[in-house]
Amino acid sequence: MTAASVVARRRALDAVAPWARRNGWTLGLVGFLGLLLVYTKLIQPSYDSSGIQGLAIGVLPLALAAVAQAVVVMSGGIDLSIGSMMAFTSVVCATMMKGQSQEFAVVVVLGVLVLGIVLGAVNGALVVLTKVPDIVVTLAMSFVWAGCALLVRAAPGGAAAEWLRNLVLGSFISEWIPKSAIVLIVIVAVIWIPVSRSRMGLSIYAIGSNRLAAFRSGIPVGRTKLFAYALTGLYAALAGLSLTASTGIGTPVPGPYTLMSVAAVVLGGVSLAGGRGGLFGPIVAVVVLQVIRTDMTFLSIDSNYAYVAQGLILVGVLMVGSFALMRRSRA
Amino acid sequence: MTAAVRANRWLDAAAWRNLFRDRPLIPLTGLLLLLVITIQIADPGIVTLPWWGVIMRASVPLAILAGCQTLTMLTGGIDLSVATVASMAGFVTATFVNSPGGWVQGMAVALAAAALAGLVTGIGVGVFRVHPLIMTLAMSFVVLGFSNVWQLQMVQTGAGVPSQLRWVGSNLLLDVIPYSFLVFVPLTLLILLGLRRTGYGRLLFAIGDNPIAARLSGVRSPQILIVLYVISAVLAAIAGLIISGFTNTASVSLADTYLLPSVAAAVIGGTSIMGGRGGFAGTIVGALILTVLTALLTVLGLPEPTRQIVFGSIIVVVAAAYTRVTGES
Repeated sequence: MTAASVVARRRALDAVAPWARRNGWTLGLVGFLGLLLVYTKLIQPSYDSSGIQGLAIGVLPLALAAVAQAVVVMSGGIDLSIGSMMAFTSVVCATMMKGQSQEFAVVVVLGVLVLGIVLGAVNGALVVLTKVPDIVVTLAMSFVWAGCALLVRAAPGGAAAEWLRNLVLGSFISEWIPKSAIVLIVIVAVIWIPVSRSRMGLSIYAIGSNRLAAFRSGIPVGRTKLFAYALTGLYAALAGLSLTASTGIGTPVPGPYTLMSVAAVVLGGVSLAGGRGGLFGPIVAVVVLQVIRTDMTFLSIDSNYAYVAQGLILVGVLMVGSFALMRRSRA
Repeated sequence: MTAAVRANRWLDAAAWRNLFRDRPLIPLTGLLLLLVITIQIADPGIVTLPWWGVIMRASVPLAILAGCQTLTMLTGGIDLSVATVASMAGFVTATFVNSPGGWVQGMAVALAAAALAGLVTGIGVGVFRVHPLIMTLAMSFVVLGFSNVWQLQMVQTGAGVPSQLRWVGSNLLLDVIPYSFLVFVPLTLLILLGLRRTGYGRLLFAIGDNPIAARLSGVRSPQILIVLYVISAVLAAIAGLIISGFTNTASVSLADTYLLPSVAAAVIGGTSIMGGRGGFAGTIVGALILTVLTALLTVLGLPEPTRQIVFGSIIVVVAAAYTRVTGES
């Protein structure tokens, strides 16, 4: 082996190592997910492309909710109204689409996305203007948005346009690539990549890791926070749309998405203190949780233990995680 | 001249601000009275002593659960597991009614289970430094799962709320004083005195105000936090027993609707979610305010959706007014 090739290889390693270290948590999650899928195939040999499709459709709403939560948590806040915003946007969508043409449904979808941005911006404006802690404002707003959802319709109902349903059902090119997975990746990439590359994306991380330092470096803290909340509202609206698309109706009662999204965000390596993490980790965490649920069904374990398992995994991962962090900071 | 000075003092915004910051009970009680007057105007003659009895009866479990939030929020934490722990306690007690040990044994099992859950939470928060929000959330999943499993195990034996709990939870002495005060008053005294007069109470404030300073002054935070979360879980279990007596139902999701109001009551009562400031007296008034507010919205005949919207808006407004007055950011 020549000296040049060794140097080249070391250079490549030097470039990869920091990236791997930075994304260690997510890489670990992806590895764990791979092992889980292999295990699933072992215990249930009939698990194939249809299983993957069911998985992708099942995780879509929660994955988008986790993405919504991740954005605001990275900016140092938290949004406990995501579930209610999802319910509100979902019923608005289902109610407006009932008995309307396919073309009109496009207008509805765009309108619902704008509605999501407005809801998020209201949350953000209240947090910025009142200076009340994020958790209190969004907790109170969760009542408000849930009430709005009930105003739109008192009982589950409505309809989803055919193309919206087809957007998440079925597969694309190969039957191993579910459409809903593509939709998820496209939605997240199209919105988040431009934002994270922009000044605003950097500002979101900056106010999350140190508000005062960000303020003194000339970052408009209030405006950035408002933007982060609006983006969360947009993703919550997308999550609401995906609920309508996958079920065909709108349900005015918020599901368990708010607290589950917090759990997924933390499992996905986003620090609740803000300023750290990405959007990929939370999505993988949601998939992992769903696969564990599926596996427990295959093993015919009482489905209630799934809750216990979810909680224990959350606790275990966090304990190990913070323990490792403590040891590293001591060393 | 003295008159002028006095007039100035009445107009002095800073003096008012100080009063509100140092004695949050005064504006809170004012708000409560305002709500009571409004409800009296909306439905003349409704405010009677028995009405107060009903309001107090409904406020007791909310105040205890809000007490869990108050204690944990003082240290900068929060307890999202109170609702599932409370439901679990009520449910487990109910399943023991037909067993040889009776409901007393059931209550002992429920309280022990709650204490165990609190112990694990406390170890997670205190020793492993997991964020309290996420630790208690995870614990609520675990407790809910085990409650469901227990429900399936116990489906044959049948369950019923013991009559003693029903008596404590729903009966009123002379139509005014709820019997739940037998539990609530000693608990309140214990918490109030514990926070103000004992070293443990002061350490809770110290940890919340400045955790690093507290550690450097030799406070053993892990022990304090473990005990705190055990106390919180046991309080939640007691509240759950009262709720199951009050509603005469036992289910694993009985207290779920109390979770968000319990945080809201503590916040309205002047406890800072950032830690270090607050107290249980304000929380009790906060719980009363929320209960009277719900009654008012019902009396006004507003439909459920509007009620929720008004409820949420008022929490934001009160919290904003608070932050403005106390000048805390």
